[in-house]
Amino acid sequence: MTEKQTLGKLISTAKQVRRNIVELVGVGRAGHVGGSCSAADVITALYFSKAKFDPKNPKMADRDRILLSKGHAALCQYAALGELGIIDKSEFAKVKSLGAMLQGHPDMTKCPGIEANTGSLGQGLSIALGMALGLRLDGLSSKVYCITGDGELAEGQIWEAAMAAASYKADNLVAIVDRNRVQATSTVKDVLDSGDIADKFKAFGWETVEIDGHDMAAILEAFNQADTIKGKPFAIIADTVKGKGISFAEGKAAYHNGTLTQELYDQALAELQ
Amino acid sequence: MDNTTQRQVYGEMLVELGKENKNIVALEADLGKSTMSCLFGDAYPERYFQMGIAEQNMMSTAAGLSLTGKIPFVNSFAVFVSGRAYDQFRQTISIAKLNVKVCGSSSGLSDFGDGSTHQSIEDIAIMRAIPNVTVLAPVDAVETAKMVKAMVETSGPMYLRLNRNVLPVLTDPVTPYQIGKMYTIREGGDVVVFSHGVMVSRSLDAAKALEEKGISVKVVNVSTLKPLDREAIIAHTKGMKAVVVAEEHSVIGGLCSAVAEALRSELVPIEFVGIQDTFGTSAHSYEELLEKYNLTALNVQAAIEKLVAGK
Repeated sequence: MTEKQTLGKLISTAKQVRRNIVELVGVGRAGHVGGSCSAADVITALYFSKAKFDPKNPKMADRDRILLSKGHAALCQYAALGELGIIDKSEFAKVKSLGAMLQGHPDMTKCPGIEANTGSLGQGLSIALGMALGLRLDGLSSKVYCITGDGELAEGQIWEAAMAAASYKADNLVAIVDRNRVQATSTVKDVLDSGDIADKFKAFGWETVEIDGHDMAAILEAFNQADTIKGKPFAIIADTVKGKGISFAEGKAAYHNGTLTQELYDQALAELQ
Repeated sequence: MDNTTQRQVYGEMLVELGKENKNIVALEADLGKSTMSCLFGDAYPERYFQMGIAEQNMMSTAAGLSLTGKIPFVNSFAVFVSGRAYDQFRQTISIAKLNVKVCGSSSGLSDFGDGSTHQSIEDIAIMRAIPNVTVLAPVDAVETAKMVKAMVETSGPMYLRLNRNVLPVLTDPVTPYQIGKMYTIREGGDVVVFSHGVMVSRSLDAAKALEEKGISVKVVNVSTLKPLDREAIIAHTKGMKAVVVAEEHSVIGGLCSAVAEALRSELVPIEFVGIQDTFGTSAHSYEELLEKYNLTALNVQAAIEKLVAGK
């Protein structure tokens, strides 16, 4: 089982995860740096503290599931899996190359620790619901943690899943909306205003909380709160900054899938020390 | 099983198989009384997931269930599971070869009254184009029962195409069934007809009529459309004067295409009896529709005679 890290250690691990993301993006080739860095604290909190997960046995039947509905943030998950030793960090340099374990979007058939193939947006919450229903059928207490984007909430299927999860009283399902407010081409508000996300989930029958998605203590508190909710799925609306930790990328749509020069690469790593 | 439908037998088989195999679950999008998944729901309510009228969520939820070791059967009309939930089936289920069974009910023109929106003329083409997917279309209720059992026993994403109406029984319960095999329904030496579903019985009627005219017609039930046994298609064609493919599906992308692909290196005339790149329409009876779209024994007979005459 993962040894639960202390708050201080988690904060430094999150920095390491972000350094791994930068390493995965590399120099001169595009990578989803923005949405990977915005989700880094939530991912770190899950893998290194909250989730029931054994890096030595990543297929353990009663593990908690961690699923990226925003599959384009795969680099963040690879960064964490590398830090956990589930994948060898030597794979980082080969990311997205022909035959690579680390595909552009998560591929469970190639990469250990990946729970499902995602990438076509709006589908992960439904997959997570299926897992939650299956685990409950087996009498397991495992939870399913599903991270979505906020731009992704424009997909209608998200709300089909939201309705179904509440109807099935899936209290072993936790959605984390990585609300970084920026999507591929512009701000979410400009592209298609998603309005009050928490209100929407509440209206669909979910319990919700809004937190600072970069405040590690708040993230852990929200996950613990999720454990106390019975009979309802739980949505954590995590306010985050796209590209968090890399000054030149923060809040910029250009770094949704951006390319780093050697100079910017070095600067990013330096800022994340 | 003379007076029963594929869908009725499908529902009954799910119940029977679900008795032993607790991993079988079923999902439904509010058409359970048509798809007959309702039988499974009555028997095992805790393993029956009514997902409401939301096929996309249903398909991805099935993916999640399979990732916890369940064997989900996803139910709706063929047109909706292949169209509305196409991307969900492709992205998560097919790429990762998840063990999800998709049942496309009321396929082809068999939902005669509901018209073009509810009829599926391209579902096989869609499903056949997706890598890793097995595509099955039973000829009758008896084969349906064997097929459902084989689907549970064989891992991987599968599409099962079921007819809504009572069809003639052409197979027997004793003959062993295997996914991937095609079955000769009638021997013959001049022309071979490859077919699936309702059109097999029409082809058989055509073969019987042509016997009197001195034309010997072999009829093969290709109930596994993918993976298609190319060697078997070629073997059945050897020595034949011509090949006819008959199916209740668009001539684009279904068995017609599959057979033409398989015979691409063979020098043999081929004719198609299928839906000519057009949508369906409402009718008061199934037979009326089959006639309108030239899917009768007479149409198969005419296609054979045309080829034999070398016209």
